Amino acid sequence: MKNIEFRTATSAQGGLIVMGGVPGVAAGSRVQLRDHAGRLRSGLVIRSADDAVLVEVFEGTDELDLERTWVRFLDEPFKLPVSRDILGRIFNGAGLPRDGRPPIISADRRDVNGEPLNPAARAYPREFIQTGISAIDGMNSLTRGQKLPIFSGGGLPHNRVAAQIVRQAKLLGEAASEFVVVFAAFGASHADARFFEESFEESGVLNKVVMFLNLADEPVIERLLTPRAALTAAEYLAFDLDYHVLVVMTDMTAYAEALREVAVLRGDVPARKGYPGYLYSDLAEIYERAGRIKNRRGSITMIPVLSMPSDDITHPIPDLTGYITEGQIVLGRELSNQGVYPPVTVLPSLSRLMKDGVGKNFTREDHPHVASQLFASYAKALEVRGLAAIIGAEELSDADRRYLEFANAFEHKFIGQGEDEDRSVFETLNLAWDLLSMLPADALIRVSEEELAKYHKGQATVAAA
Amino acid sequence: MGKILEINGPLVKLELPETVLGEQVRVGRLGLVGEVIGRDGNTALAQLYEDTAGLRPGEEATGLGWPLSVELGPGLLGAIFDGVQRPLEAVWQQSGDRMARGVAVPSLPRDKRWHFVPDPHRRAGTALAGGDVLGTVQETESILHRILTPPLIHGELLELAPEGDYTIEEILGRVRKFDDTIEKLHLFHRWPVRTPRPFRKRDHAIAPLITGQRILDTFYPLLKGGKAAIPGPFGAGKTMLQQQIARWCNAEIVIYVGCGERGNELTDVLEFMPELKDPHTGRPLMERTLLVANTSNMPVVAREASVYVGITLAEYFRDQGLDVVMVADSTSRWAEALREVAGRLGQMPVEEGYPAYLGSRLAAFYERAGRVETMAGHHGSVTLIGAVSPPGGDFSEPVTSHTKEIIQTFWALSKELADARHYPSVDWLESFSGYIGSAAKWWAENVDPNWERERAEALDLLSASEELQRIVNLVGVEALSSEQRWTLEAAGLIKEGLLQQSAIDEIDSFASPEKQYALLSGLLEIFRQGMKLVKLGAPARRLIQMPLLSQARRWKSQHTSEDIAALKAKIAQIPGEFEKLMLEYEQTA
Repeated sequence: MKNIEFRTATSAQGGLIVMGGVPGVAAGSRVQLRDHAGRLRSGLVIRSADDAVLVEVFEGTDELDLERTWVRFLDEPFKLPVSRDILGRIFNGAGLPRDGRPPIISADRRDVNGEPLNPAARAYPREFIQTGISAIDGMNSLTRGQKLPIFSGGGLPHNRVAAQIVRQAKLLGEAASEFVVVFAAFGASHADARFFEESFEESGVLNKVVMFLNLADEPVIERLLTPRAALTAAEYLAFDLDYHVLVVMTDMTAYAEALREVAVLRGDVPARKGYPGYLYSDLAEIYERAGRIKNRRGSITMIPVLSMPSDDITHPIPDLTGYITEGQIVLGRELSNQGVYPPVTVLPSLSRLMKDGVGKNFTREDHPHVASQLFASYAKALEVRGLAAIIGAEELSDADRRYLEFANAFEHKFIGQGEDEDRSVFETLNLAWDLLSMLPADALIRVSEEELAKYHKGQATVAAA
Repeated sequence: MGKILEINGPLVKLELPETVLGEQVRVGRLGLVGEVIGRDGNTALAQLYEDTAGLRPGEEATGLGWPLSVELGPGLLGAIFDGVQRPLEAVWQQSGDRMARGVAVPSLPRDKRWHFVPDPHRRAGTALAGGDVLGTVQETESILHRILTPPLIHGELLELAPEGDYTIEEILGRVRKFDDTIEKLHLFHRWPVRTPRPFRKRDHAIAPLITGQRILDTFYPLLKGGKAAIPGPFGAGKTMLQQQIARWCNAEIVIYVGCGERGNELTDVLEFMPELKDPHTGRPLMERTLLVANTSNMPVVAREASVYVGITLAEYFRDQGLDVVMVADSTSRWAEALREVAGRLGQMPVEEGYPAYLGSRLAAFYERAGRVETMAGHHGSVTLIGAVSPPGGDFSEPVTSHTKEIIQTFWALSKELADARHYPSVDWLESFSGYIGSAAKWWAENVDPNWERERAEALDLLSASEELQRIVNLVGVEALSSEQRWTLEAAGLIKEGLLQQSAIDEIDSFASPEKQYALLSGLLEIFRQGMKLVKLGAPARRLIQMPLLSQARRWKSQHTSEDIAALKAKIAQIPGEFEKLMLEYEQTA
């Protein structure tokens, strides 16, 4: 069947083409199309019956006709050739080279859809990754094998934060980064892609990076393939070659929009905001490919970047993502406008795996308590700030005024840091205690009394002041 | 024998005459399994539990002759199954790290021998009814597995094997049914998951399920055999709370269904459960736990089936006379699986794309919970706790609102509380429990007769403080009277010293009913004593500085549930502390 070209298209519209009279076509099989000018396109069978086969064309159906379109069914799913040589290479969304170098030749070709990991085979992520960013390490720490997205908005420095994490991420006690990086951009602008490329180049890791780029002006349907191709490469590097892989994907919103576009064409019933009901499952197929496997050395740690449409965290894309990923780092416009970099809004940020990766045997014994105390004190401080905005700072009690000072110091000294500033987790914790010492000890009930005695440098009570 | 006509995502159109709705089918060269959900003339529509990529029209399809069923017998406990009861450990051994398709591994181990002790009442020639206990197998040290007669078999017992070691496939006995056919008995039997298992009658639920979580047990109790929902936006701590319940609750069997949730969460449960001890028996928790895992990246149709697999397993243990808790995380993912299939079937969507039968399916599912008198005359219960994941945290969405009408206990999680790291983030204003009356009876008999009154007083205090907080947010704390300021302070004390509970603090993680009540009454005592003083004219500003207040906030993590005496001693000193202040105040005045 692979060698027969069919010319039996019966209809074509918006990226989909229907082929008549091709019996026995495998669902999910890859398709090659040749149009009247001899150009090749690729596609995927999404519905198969003897009398009609529905094909999704990645490059779109523009300039196709029914009479002069030849279709070949390749009888296998989309596969990505993998070998050690993919490191340092740049591919398009479908896994073809876009760096002008020859294609990867390998007998080892992997189905880009992957196969779900048996939950019994997973190993729980526990190794603390130091990113050198206080807001992350101190309060929302990342572990090897975790998927921790950055929720952002247009104009916020999510790319710079992601690049900083890539530059600085390492295990405690490790001299330099041991990671290889798989970078996937879909729907990203040329400028964004160049920013990352230059950032990788500057930090000298370019030969340890694999890039998959589908930029904003490139075929939309190909975007559905881009993260899958990238993750297939990541799985190969992690579980065949034992690398620790950091996967950075941007922008998940562009991906979900591409999915919606295709779903509408297919006639799928829309659920929320026009997104198909299977958006959750589809996103999960991507995110759940992060992780660790028992008896394997490598790991996949995933940092997807997602811009929240109109900064709305309840929009289906961030919402469903939050239900799948193990936390989120939320960037906020307010902090960014005040010149705080990285503008991490800590209260809605969260790392679900933090509880098992920090503390006594991992970082320092007071870490979980300090994190919890910072959250509680900062939440209280924000309440006070809200109050001060109404009744004026002069009307505040002494205790409240200290919270106000704490909030400012916390935002500028703890969250705020330089783009090249690589703080160790101990520096971060000591800094946290400096700030907590601005508050009286008896207001700090999330830390233990021993920890207060050891680290707290301020007064015991407000009255003592 | 039939064949495939069309493949559309997880749905496959088959030419398969005479098939029955609900029948299991095996399809294609890969041997993928699914179930028939529609018939039209000679064609049948089937939904498959596995990814359909690679299937072709023309490949063969066969009906298997039975509906989706589970195997019930020894070997269940401590296991982890997928959404259609495939044992994931065994599948892993057989097919590697990734879920291969078309794997056929029996749910229960076939080669393991179990030590069977027949029930002395079962003698050849006596009558045998469905659900009767044939004998027992000590499956784990803490769980005695009662071997049950399949529910629909009635007749005369012809023979029953003597005490000894048997595999589950060996013939254990024979029954002559009333229609004179002979039925063989085994250590296990099969039951279709979409049919509730029969029982004699429903009983009243009487005892609360003790979870060790203060906000749940003390404020919004759930009874054994009750129905509860935990709705919460992402990041509100839903998973943590459910794991805490699975870990500490005083049920005999816990069934944890991970329906469309994260893979690492299940790994977490799998890794930490065996290390933990059951607080009630001292045995490893895994011995009483059973996991059904269909993670979010596993096929969607099996996800829909997984909650039924879970509840059928729960009913089976209930029928042995045990108290079972089933945690379904999350029912929203189950509903979404329903929606996805409905969408592909072209059924008319009603709300947010959900089919019209969402409400009735949910209700029928929750109705499988309850405390019953089993066919054998024992009492057993299934307590059902369903997590709900409302999109955007909006409780008015279809799954949450339908669920709210069905359940009795509603533990609403709040994003605001979670953001301030107030855990468990159960909102004390939005939550409710319809079981207060029955629970009060139990608390009065077992802990303290004043429980109901103290609980109500604490809730009053919390809601009064909510009003006051609004005023403070508008005009500042100075605008409050001394009494109001003290009320606000005392509510803060209740929130931090009682409602907040740390899952990672060894002492605080679990609180016995006695400890819960001691803390409740102790903190209220502080409030009342202080109020007395304030009413006499003492300024609240002075009271707020009492070291007692920050000390009381630490009581929860200083005293274990066994160490109540020391806590009570501290509480007994409360009036003295206030008297000292009173004297001081009188002198200065």
